Amino acid sequence: MAIVFEKPKALTDAVLHYCPGCPHGIIHRLVAEAIDELGIEGKTIGVAPVGCAVMAYDYFACDMIEAAHGRAPATATGIKRCRPDNIVFTYQGDGDLASIGMAETVHAAARNENITVIFVNNAIYGMTGGQMAPTSLPGQVTQTSPYGRDVKHCGWPIKVSEMLSTLEGPEYIARVAVNNVKNVKNAKKAIKKAFQNQIEGKGFSLVEVVSACPTNWGMTPQKALEWVESDMLPYYPIGVYKDRTAAKEAE
Amino acid sequence: MAERVLMKGNEAIAEAAIRAGCRHYFGYPITPQTEIAAYMAKKMPKIGGVFLQAESEVASINMVYGAAATGCRVMTSSSSPGISLKSEGLSYIAGSDVPALVVNVQRGGPGLGGIQPSQSDYFQATKGGGHGDYRMIVLAPASVQEMASLTIKGFNLADKYLMTSMILADGTIGQMMEPISFEDAEIETYEKPWALTGTECKRKHNIVNSLYLKPDELEVKNFERYERYKIVEENEPMWEEYMMEDAEICVVAFGIASRVAKNAVVAARAEGIKVGLIRPITLWPFPTKALRAAADKVKAFVSVELNMGQMIEDVRLATECKRPVSLCNRAGGMIPSPEQVLESIRKAQKGE
Amino acid sequence: MKTTQILIAGFGGQGVLFAGKFLAYKGLVQDKNVSWLPSYGPEMRGGTANCSIILSDMPVGSPIITNPDVLVAMNLPSLQKFVNDVVPGGQIFIDSTLIDAKVERDDVQVFYIPATQIAKDAGFSTLANMVLMGKVIKESGAVDFAGNKETLEKFIPAKKANLIDINCQALQTGYDFA
Repeated sequence: MAIVFEKPKALTDAVLHYCPGCPHGIIHRLVAEAIDELGIEGKTIGVAPVGCAVMAYDYFACDMIEAAHGRAPATATGIKRCRPDNIVFTYQGDGDLASIGMAETVHAAARNENITVIFVNNAIYGMTGGQMAPTSLPGQVTQTSPYGRDVKHCGWPIKVSEMLSTLEGPEYIARVAVNNVKNVKNAKKAIKKAFQNQIEGKGFSLVEVVSACPTNWGMTPQKALEWVESDMLPYYPIGVYKDRTAAKEAE
Repeated sequence: MAERVLMKGNEAIAEAAIRAGCRHYFGYPITPQTEIAAYMAKKMPKIGGVFLQAESEVASINMVYGAAATGCRVMTSSSSPGISLKSEGLSYIAGSDVPALVVNVQRGGPGLGGIQPSQSDYFQATKGGGHGDYRMIVLAPASVQEMASLTIKGFNLADKYLMTSMILADGTIGQMMEPISFEDAEIETYEKPWALTGTECKRKHNIVNSLYLKPDELEVKNFERYERYKIVEENEPMWEEYMMEDAEICVVAFGIASRVAKNAVVAARAEGIKVGLIRPITLWPFPTKALRAAADKVKAFVSVELNMGQMIEDVRLATECKRPVSLCNRAGGMIPSPEQVLESIRKAQKGE
Repeated sequence: MKTTQILIAGFGGQGVLFAGKFLAYKGLVQDKNVSWLPSYGPEMRGGTANCSIILSDMPVGSPIITNPDVLVAMNLPSLQKFVNDVVPGGQIFIDSTLIDAKVERDDVQVFYIPATQIAKDAGFSTLANMVLMGKVIKESGAVDFAGNKETLEKFIPAKKANLIDINCQALQTGYDFA
């Protein structure tokens, strides 16, 4: 019988622990497909975050390390500086990357550290049970913003891609989404490019993946994907925010 | 014998680290240890190594964690407030069983404290600092020569036991110059099959991790780790005994305090007081056996410290409170004078 | 068996630490036991600076000097701060261009050297520190005077090697000052 669909080799056989309807599975797959297609599994070292993807080290078949909360870009820096010929990526959520780890994120980008960062933005702290994230939308109800995020009290959500793209340092900053097939396909392209850039020594490449959290948003998976389209993407528009090489070629 | 050169204690650490095969340094500026970073910044690019100034102490220790996970010899250095920030990473490094060398050139605390020499991070270094059950090998140099030799030793021990070695120095030893000679460094090498090097698709993936959500598994990890620590406690305590043969009073001091104490011991001997010094070189593992043996011979102990009395607790534990232990101390960046220590020795002699 | 504890004190920028380093290297070259300990503070220039040098035929215990055998004072606050710490029978060297005051103790040997003026007149105005060191070596006998050039070569970087001769001259001028 012909095999028409299989799991990427860069994923292990471990059963994912993510909630039903969670797009982390899709994003893991996109990363693994990119690794497979570029033929880099044997030299890739992944850095798992603290957050829902904390056990990503069990799911990716390459060498893996579990970082402290928010410190993945620093830990990845340590690895990459020791083993510049390996491919190093981090996989981080919004609390990890944009709250506690913002300093590490900004400075790794400013250094144009030659690593790939996969940033999953689902506007909530998932693993701890649905608290307000640095990317939670104004008015969004969470466990710690039960009356809706009041921007007068706790400020505005952070647009990471826009912010990082103001830096001289990074090579490539793009925002994608995984709420429909078309967007998933584009997300794959961006992720693959972010790895390709590292292979070519171009430097810091970050892909912000706008995702969903049906469980903590209190929605069905389908409704959650609709909410990404209706509420998330207007605040977090899809697009390439920085591409140094493309910009140079365009000149 | 190798040629004697004059060097600052901090520079001796940096040079020794390079000789021990360290090619990666991640740090953040803080007084009084900056010479280490400056030395590394100058030397590393010339020998194919990496010096990287991180955005914070937190970032630098997590860079060390990543680098250590690849099996490289790696270090960072800081001073007291910076070590508090690094404590997060120290706990992760311990929980992941990877080797690293961390230098603390102590200054007065708590809080921002001051920048003058201190030993007030003894508890932090020997009892934890970070969260969870773990130990670090803590080495306390008392001369510029030892700044170098214990750095090399620290790298070897870290690799041998897969844990952090901490050089617990102070501003005085860091800033002072003394003649030093670099004998050929004895570099021990260990297989590191756990290191993150890429699987090359030839082996199962390596995972460096400190997360164990199942309590029974985490318990097993902790017990295993403490079995290893037991071996360290058995094999690695280091100390110096000075004029202890016939001593009736035993002064206990490490680092700069031991230098002052030696002057006082000499002065007290001149007065006819039979006094000696035990200088712990490893603060963890603490030289418990040496002190326990001394407790059968001497009538009192004097713990000389640049803090409010931290090591004195370990002296009491080691001697099982068989003899009185008094404290002779200064704090906040002040250093006791030999006269102050001499007075404490006189009092101990009189049984006061 | 001889041990000399030397405290050099002045403003930052007067070459206090450099002068101390020179003595420490003299000790090194002459196979003595040596320690050199600087004061360190938040200010880089203009604040008070001092350094402690111990030169000994025996191992050096504490590098911290509470009672110096030799005090070199390059400004008034330093003299006032340390004058009473000098051991009886000790020596005090004073840059009398910068310090008007006289030492009232009669149990110490005091040398008044207009080092800043001497240095200025001789055309090496920044080397009052080394003029004083010349005199210190002569009167204290802590180290032998010979071999200054070799000593300076040990720690003055090659790109500043042109300063070695002038430092030697300053030392000689101080040594010859009567």
